[in-house]
Amino acid sequence: MKTFSWRFIRVWQRNRDVFFRLWHSELPGAVAEPMIILLAMGFGLGAFIGLVNGGSYIEFIAPGIIASYGMYAAVFECTYGSFIRMEHQKTYDAIIATPLSIEDVTAGEIFWGATRSAMTGTLILIIAAAFQLVHSPWALLIPAVSLLGGLVFASMSVLYTSIIPSIYSFNYYFTLFITPMFFFSGVFFPLTSFPGLVQDLSWILPLTPLVYLTRGLVTGEMNGTLLMALGILIALVAVLFPISLASMRRRLMV
Amino acid sequence: MPIIKTEHLTKKFKDLVAVNDVSLEVEDGECFGLLGVNGAGKTSLIRMLTAVSPPTEGKIWVLGKDLEKHSREIKAALGVVPQVNNLDPDLTVLQNLMTFARYFAIPRDEARKRSMELLKAFELESKLRSRIDELSGGMKRRLLIARGLLNMPRILILDEPTVGLDPQAKYMMWNKLTEQKSGGVTLILCTQNMEEAATLCDRVAIMHQGRVITLDAPRTLVQKYIGKEIFEIEVEPAKREEMVGELKKRGLEFEALLGRIHVFHIEPDGAKGPLRDLPGTIRSRAASLEDVFLRLTGRSLVE
Ligand SMILES: Nc1ncnc2c1ncn2[C@@H]1O[C@H](COP(=O)(O)OP(=O)(O)OP(=O)(O)O)[C@@H](O)[C@H]1O
Ligand SMILES: [Mg+2]
Repeated sequence: MKTFSWRFIRVWQRNRDVFFRLWHSELPGAVAEPMIILLAMGFGLGAFIGLVNGGSYIEFIAPGIIASYGMYAAVFECTYGSFIRMEHQKTYDAIIATPLSIEDVTAGEIFWGATRSAMTGTLILIIAAAFQLVHSPWALLIPAVSLLGGLVFASMSVLYTSIIPSIYSFNYYFTLFITPMFFFSGVFFPLTSFPGLVQDLSWILPLTPLVYLTRGLVTGEMNGTLLMALGILIALVAVLFPISLASMRRRLMV
Repeated sequence: MPIIKTEHLTKKFKDLVAVNDVSLEVEDGECFGLLGVNGAGKTSLIRMLTAVSPPTEGKIWVLGKDLEKHSREIKAALGVVPQVNNLDPDLTVLQNLMTFARYFAIPRDEARKRSMELLKAFELESKLRSRIDELSGGMKRRLLIARGLLNMPRILILDEPTVGLDPQAKYMMWNKLTEQKSGGVTLILCTQNMEEAATLCDRVAIMHQGRVITLDAPRTLVQKYIGKEIFEIEVEPAKREEMVGELKKRGLEFEALLGRIHVFHIEPDGAKGPLRDLPGTIRSRAASLEDVFLRLTGRSLVE
């Protein structure tokens, strides 16, 4: 399999430049929505919900919001964003005529998607900290974990993007995969509220280990399952990243 | 040593053979033309030469190196102007060039200098900060060509670069390409404009259904396939069969097109020599590359 080179950073820089040129159209949405969810669900719904695991409801969902909105940032970037660049703008075609390879382009897209995840996760972490919802210094590791989670979701999304015929195919990805994951990965309620089988199955969804790990770092309650969650995320990147590079080559080098 | 060499190059898309067993050599410093009807396989060939499309069969050497193994290094020495606009619409005119320069690892200051020079040369200075969709079609085309020159390529590969340009811009472009050539750059020019090919190219290859059917200097091709002059007989549809029969009987080389018949290689003496006493209007004019093209790729109606 062909691998990427350091030149992928050029694609990352291109995406960064475009983002910061247009940040005023992206950033407010990226911050406002998780804020609204956090406050509405946390304070609104939280008023009717008893203590979860000994904390307040808003404390429970804050790490879930960090993880899931990080996921959304990477997913949107590497589905609609990547597809438009690839198919409509022919940006990839232009770049692969330079010394960059298709693997460099794909890796640049994935790392940029992961960066978006880390940016979003960190921003929500800061907001959550401002509301005094973060109690452990372990939370300083959250940007790195958001980046790792971002790599998982960006690789997965680029892989899906590389095989679909049209932009409408993303409907399946979101309604059958991303949205269910948002509700079954322990963001809004502990997995223990599900029957045993569902609990086990939910660990197949990559958001589950990410939420679990983020929550552990926010609360500072360390245990062995956190390492397992970390291991799952690393394993997913190790598998999905090279597959998405190869799949993009298959699609574009025709 | 040829600067580009292909051997038995073939490109298939499922059952469709877009490029069929093409072996050719492009000399260092020449302008090499690529002609052919729509769908002949020109773009497919060029995409293989620029390492963005892997050959189904065959081999390519560029600058003496195997393209498959040294694609990065070779791509760094190529300037590519694609048929389809792929400027970056998320960036301004200047940012397009600066970002592209980064793909070639050109240092920032140098990139800025070259970008400004190119924008000036291609009369796009006033559009520096415009978004791409604010440019006219011809301006986009000009920017696309400017972008192809950013890395000071050894080989410049252009797929229909002057489509949609006004006459001024077209002559400006011909001028620029001639300049590049005198600077030692090898040009590969794919075009539908026969005048352009005849003016700029040292040699042209005519492609048909994926094959190179002829390859030579434009003038030589005209001499070989048409002669000095071409004779055009205008003929009514009803009389057409009869006329074709008569021309065959006289053993002449001709091509029957819609509404008219072209006759080649005639040395006129007396009253139009071998064409004397034919019904219909007969005109003659200087032969051109376009006549060669039509003869070789013509959708001829009779054998
Ligand atoms: N990606 C592709 N998938 C399937 N078929 C293709 C693809 N690209 C080109 N073809 C087919 O290959 C043949 C050659 O196309 P190509 O674009 O090389 O022609 P061309 O000579 O550049 O034509 P034009 O003058 O119209 O640009 C055509 O029949 C075309 O339909
Ligand atoms: Mg073409």
